[in-house]
Amino acid sequence: MPDVAIIGVGLHPFGRYPGKPALTMGAEAARLALADAGVAWTDVDFAVGGSYEVDQPDAVVAEIGLTGLPFTNVYNGCATAGSALALAKQQIELGEHRIGLVLGLDKHEGGAFTADPTSYAAPEWYGEMGLFLTTKFFGMKINRYMHDHGITQQTLARVAAKAYANGAINPQAFRRKALSEEEILASRMLNFPLTHYMFCTPDEGAAAVVVCDAAIAHRYTDTPVYLRSVATRTRRYGAFEVHGTSAAIEHVPAPTVDAAKAAYEAAGIGPEEVQIAQLQDTDAGNEVMHMAEVGLCADGEQNDLIAAGATTITGRIPVNTDGGLIANGEPVGASGLRQVHELVTQMRGRAGDRQMPTVPRVGVAQLYGAPGVAAVSILTR
Amino acid sequence: MAGVPIADGLFTWPSDEPRLIGGSCGRCGALSFPRRAGCPRCGASGPVEHLIGARGTLWTWTSQGFAPKEPFNGAIGEGGLGVPWYVGLVEIPGEIRVEALLTGVSEEDLRIGMPLRLVVVPWRTDDEGREVVTFAFAPDPDGQRSSETEEVGARA
Repeated sequence: MPDVAIIGVGLHPFGRYPGKPALTMGAEAARLALADAGVAWTDVDFAVGGSYEVDQPDAVVAEIGLTGLPFTNVYNGCATAGSALALAKQQIELGEHRIGLVLGLDKHEGGAFTADPTSYAAPEWYGEMGLFLTTKFFGMKINRYMHDHGITQQTLARVAAKAYANGAINPQAFRRKALSEEEILASRMLNFPLTHYMFCTPDEGAAAVVVCDAAIAHRYTDTPVYLRSVATRTRRYGAFEVHGTSAAIEHVPAPTVDAAKAAYEAAGIGPEEVQIAQLQDTDAGNEVMHMAEVGLCADGEQNDLIAAGATTITGRIPVNTDGGLIANGEPVGASGLRQVHELVTQMRGRAGDRQMPTVPRVGVAQLYGAPGVAAVSILTR
Repeated sequence: MAGVPIADGLFTWPSDEPRLIGGSCGRCGALSFPRRAGCPRCGASGPVEHLIGARGTLWTWTSQGFAPKEPFNGAIGEGGLGVPWYVGLVEIPGEIRVEALLTGVSEEDLRIGMPLRLVVVPWRTDDEGREVVTFAFAPDPDGQRSSETEEVGARA
């Protein structure tokens, strides 16, 4: 079975672009990824696209070339990019194709996401009562986690401050102003214990990745990064999950834990080998919990690790070196490919002011979202 | 208090001692709320009606510091919700944890493990001028704290 290599990445910076369609941003990200790989669009065998707001990302071919290639659109909530990468990887492994483009693009209005609750297996009254809110779930989940494991609100502020600090030195970030822990704690309380500046925001942007059969990667690059595994999971009975009207008293881990375990097993790599992580920091509490859910630390160790700077760019296990969702926002379909873009950029030693002192060899990317979906990818160089 | 329930089949009403209407699986016994067409644990169809206990303890909570977008339709301000309001996950011992609005609480007195009881509260006035009511949990002065809810520092 062929290994899969990433040979090019492209990013249309996330942010606000009034009047600019998501597909236009997607076309720019695709061109950047192709140029980075040194691959002509006419040599691409297949493509996978993901978006929440655009029904058919394959429409991008009108901008980048009507070559007739098979182009599959996938959507899996905040884990969309994980599913898109998994599908692309499988197509290469099956020997069906050798070179593919994975593209994510989106354009959201501001403020917390909303939808028809019944589309998420939640009843109408749940939305009418104001309970159909991801931010409220995240407040409840981290509040219990803090109670059980002694995590402090100061730790949450440190996580957010790190995100803004990384964003400030990332020319492509959306939020480029460093904020102090005091400013973060003093901002408006949205869902206790999470303040305004501890949250990311839905925004706009696109990201693209060129993947190929690893056997031909060296035709295109001296620095291929290998996509060792991608695992996606949904919640099991007993997990405390977003948009749940009720939860069982018997308790099982979150879907991220299941996806991470499967991804590590498939890659033959353990969490102790990970040197850089891109985690779903929809808010600061999520980054704290996801550190443990992907096995980077035990529950409760985050206070000391984060206070000691372990997750900063120069720390032992840097997390969200490009500022993560907090500093970049979340265009849902593209967000996970931004994570991959950053892992690849760091692994090639091309991250500029935010480059890790030692170029990392093993990275993990993790996505989580409503109504309880997760994806974990393992990359190596 | 009269009033029209926010949804049918959600809680017993009118009643002096309202109860939430859940489902109980005939195959594996798992409880669910609200009652669904299938069991969330084993997938068997047709869970039967199960009235969930009216007393429990607070498993976790958060504040709601902004007005949700549609389909939220609660009344904020005079006679309605004050911002922030509070929501939580309430553990009904031996049964299930239920997400609900919390009423009669403030940030200062909310504690994980505090005893709560089910109440029915006014929610909004509908287009026909009828009062719509919904369920919430309020502090239960007669209840007992959950036994395993000490803070981490106290437990260590």
